Amino acid sequence: MISQEQLSAIKGAKVLMVGAGGIGCELLKTLALSGFQDIHVIDMDTIEVSNLNRQFLFRQSHVGQSKAKVARDAVLRFRPNISITPYHANVKESHFNVNFFKEFDVVLNGLDNLDARRHVNRLCLAADVPLVESGTTGFLGQVTVHLMGKTECYECQPKPAPKTYPVCTITSTPSKFVHCIVWAKDLLFAKLFGDKNQENDLNVRSSDAANSSEHSEDAFECRQDEDIEQYGRRIYDHVFGHNIEVALSNEETWKNRNKPKPIYSNDVLPKKLTNENGNMEKGCATDDVSAMSSLGLKNPQDVWSLAENSRVFLEALRLFFLKREKEIGNLSFDKDDQLAVEFVTAAANIRASSFEIPLHSLFEAKGIAGNIVHAVATTNAIIAGLIVIEAIKVLKKDSNDYRMTYCLEHPSKKMLLMPVEPYEPNKSCYVCSQTPLLLEVNTHRSKLWDFVEKIVKAKLGMNFPLIMQGASILYEVGEDLEEDMVAIYAANLQKTLSELPSQVTSGTVLTIEDLQQEFSCNINIKHREEFDEEKEPDGMLLSGWVEAPVDKDNSKAVGNGESTSNALPAEEILEGEKDVEIQEISVGTENATGRKRKLFEVSKGTTPDHSGLSDERKNHNQIEKLDVDDEDDELIISDDWESLTKKKRL
Amino acid sequence: MDGEELTEQETALYDRQIRVWGADAQRRLSKSHILVYGMKGTVAEFCKNIVLAGVGSVTLVDDRVVAEEALSANFLILPDKNQYQGKTLAEVCCDSLKEFNHMVHVSVEKGDISTFGVEFFEKFDTVVISCCSLAKKKLINQKCRKLSKRVAFYTVDCRGSCGEIFVDLQDYKYSKKKLEETIECQLEYPSFEEAISVPWRALPRRVSKLYFAMRVIELFEDVEDRNPGETSIADLPGILKLRKELCETNSLSESQVPDALLERLLIGTREFPPVCAIIGGILGQEVIKAISGKGDPLKNFFFFDAMDGKGLIEDISEPNTGSQAALINDDM
Ligand SMILES: [Zn+2]
Repeated sequence: MISQEQLSAIKGAKVLMVGAGGIGCELLKTLALSGFQDIHVIDMDTIEVSNLNRQFLFRQSHVGQSKAKVARDAVLRFRPNISITPYHANVKESHFNVNFFKEFDVVLNGLDNLDARRHVNRLCLAADVPLVESGTTGFLGQVTVHLMGKTECYECQPKPAPKTYPVCTITSTPSKFVHCIVWAKDLLFAKLFGDKNQENDLNVRSSDAANSSEHSEDAFECRQDEDIEQYGRRIYDHVFGHNIEVALSNEETWKNRNKPKPIYSNDVLPKKLTNENGNMEKGCATDDVSAMSSLGLKNPQDVWSLAENSRVFLEALRLFFLKREKEIGNLSFDKDDQLAVEFVTAAANIRASSFEIPLHSLFEAKGIAGNIVHAVATTNAIIAGLIVIEAIKVLKKDSNDYRMTYCLEHPSKKMLLMPVEPYEPNKSCYVCSQTPLLLEVNTHRSKLWDFVEKIVKAKLGMNFPLIMQGASILYEVGEDLEEDMVAIYAANLQKTLSELPSQVTSGTVLTIEDLQQEFSCNINIKHREEFDEEKEPDGMLLSGWVEAPVDKDNSKAVGNGESTSNALPAEEILEGEKDVEIQEISVGTENATGRKRKLFEVSKGTTPDHSGLSDERKNHNQIEKLDVDDEDDELIISDDWESLTKKKRL
Repeated sequence: MDGEELTEQETALYDRQIRVWGADAQRRLSKSHILVYGMKGTVAEFCKNIVLAGVGSVTLVDDRVVAEEALSANFLILPDKNQYQGKTLAEVCCDSLKEFNHMVHVSVEKGDISTFGVEFFEKFDTVVISCCSLAKKKLINQKCRKLSKRVAFYTVDCRGSCGEIFVDLQDYKYSKKKLEETIECQLEYPSFEEAISVPWRALPRRVSKLYFAMRVIELFEDVEDRNPGETSIADLPGILKLRKELCETNSLSESQVPDALLERLLIGTREFPPVCAIIGGILGQEVIKAISGKGDPLKNFFFFDAMDGKGLIEDISEPNTGSQAALINDDM
């Protein structure tokens, strides 16, 4: 139970919670019950129906309202005398700066994306406030404690990059359903309903350039002389028939692959669709428009036939033009947009038919396309309990007792909840140890814009960067810049690195700062002439802090949550509501940086005994012999980690 | 698949969890009936979890009136005298739980659970009890076992920073996926009485010390005729005496039931909310697993101690009652 000492630490503490979602609801409840008196909660989200199965502070009537505010009101009902301050805002906003973070004794994260986590990590480091970080996906979860100088920071372990696919796999040679989804969502949907000025690779890689350009020129525009059905059929025949024929003409591609089969609408559907869509003219609200309901398809878990998919395709397209014409040209895919999900499901399935890839239900397709997370209430409740236990240790300054805890689906060494000693800070971490990074780049070809977008924002996670070479500023983002400076920076963005006023070439050291995060790092530039278009699509290679490989089947890291936009997670990667990282699964074995984790064992009552585990690096599948405590027998465990990384499927 | 399809409303509400355990499991959950006795903080957490998960019905039994102490770890009770005065714990909790999910039928059954006949338990698939004496645990477990249908039985208790779950699924068959195959598994569980009768020296050497400590206190409350949880640090001498006797009978070193651990359990009579959340979460997960037939259920004790942070499964059964999941047949 709680000691007096613990109780006074709890009562006097000012706590910041970031996130009031799955973990956040449970956490706010458990903090309040545990006696915390001053809790601040930041969450930019509003409540959705699919939250209600686990975010128990919310009801149907709250849908659309601020999570932070509703969560506060709900908890005050059973703990009316405590103070909860809600912020319906993005934690990246500039007023949540280092001074704001300094007000708190501990920060507790219940976030759903990598970006925000990295941002909070940097602010906690800059403000020197301890951070308890957490994540769950399905039955798996983890809690870690980050305290500057004592334990690793959130970014000490490189995070996996979101999965991307080679362009030609998507445009020409799909082999998995996810490739068809990416094609349907990022290419076809974007081409038909999105911004027309965006680059789009829908018609690429044809050996017969003349033929293809002739067809693609205006193929996607609706012509004067055709009705919606004719238009839909023409699009259908173009992308599922003609484009496949064009691809087939490139014999080289199909030497070692199964040839796809072109599909034309007349092969699948009657020449003229009878108007069976009687119930759709009932003037339903725009957001209820659904091809499924107008075609009488009810169960989203059913896998439709090719003919059904073709009908859904044409009907969804028709409804977009009929009911949502104003939005066309500005649409981007949204997993909560029923009609968009229907269109993408149907298009992906028709393409899958061509390539003899198994078809999927709308429910499954929506999960893949929307990068939907797997989430249950129980795991979130357990993780929230563990967060509070660590938070209390932090407040009592028991830094030797900090643990990172894994919540497992299958027991390992009889444990479902497995505490592990935290790592020490990684000396080569560019975030908490300020180790310089190395960037290989073609300084004559890459523009400053490429560097800012692909490296500074995407890789380093900065929001308000300032880029300097020596004392001269090359680029800066800020709210109160002089107009002439803004113009200079805009001009710089369009220059290649070697053309910049203070030339950036091999051997140059760039300093990048984020003023809000109060974080800076150095990058050594190394010129390189050539880059592999498929493997290094950025045309640059950042190293020194290496991103974890993601394309391995045994990838241990959990992909990004709902925040990743144009990239889908590898099927092998666990999709995380909270992009949990269960990458540190080599418990007891040395990791790449030569540090080791210890299992925390108790021997003889309550005296902790830290037993070192095997120091050699071992394959996870190997059976490990562990010397556990003072009893003379040895414990043989077979690591069950493989199961941990398997994604739960329907 | 058996039974009707999920409604559109259910699919929308349960979307994220269907992605974890499948539509089939969701259907089975929605047809299950759960009996819950003893509305402590841990049980409130458990009830929240299964109501959110979408079980068919939850029946609460607890005729105690709401007292100040009940509020400490139970978020189902609003600290407003006008709200709870004159109501039983079960009634107050029932009102709150209903709010969490309108698709779940939550109700109250009045009376003394010990006097309920065997036929009463027949209505349920799962029985979860808390705050029960040793005798009551044995009795209710026996009643569940007398039925022709298999009723899953669980006990749960939290003391301070520690918690314990006991599971009796009787003869339980389930399937699990291994690589591409589905394997049929079978587990045989001992009853509570059988489990705690296993001689301590027959247990594996590394059994959690919490197991022994909880048995000592449980037995102490029984022989002293105390209500469950009605012990304090003042009882330490009596407890230590009983420990000595039990350890001698079982030829177990007293160091396996450390003084410090017993003291902690005696001081912590009130529940510690983070531990309630953790134990209530694990219990919820186990009940969901057993109903849906998805995943390896734990056999047959679970312990959590916030002091070391470990959540441990212990198999306390006669060594000859198949402690491993037996493979029935390979179903390709
Ligand atoms: Zn670091």
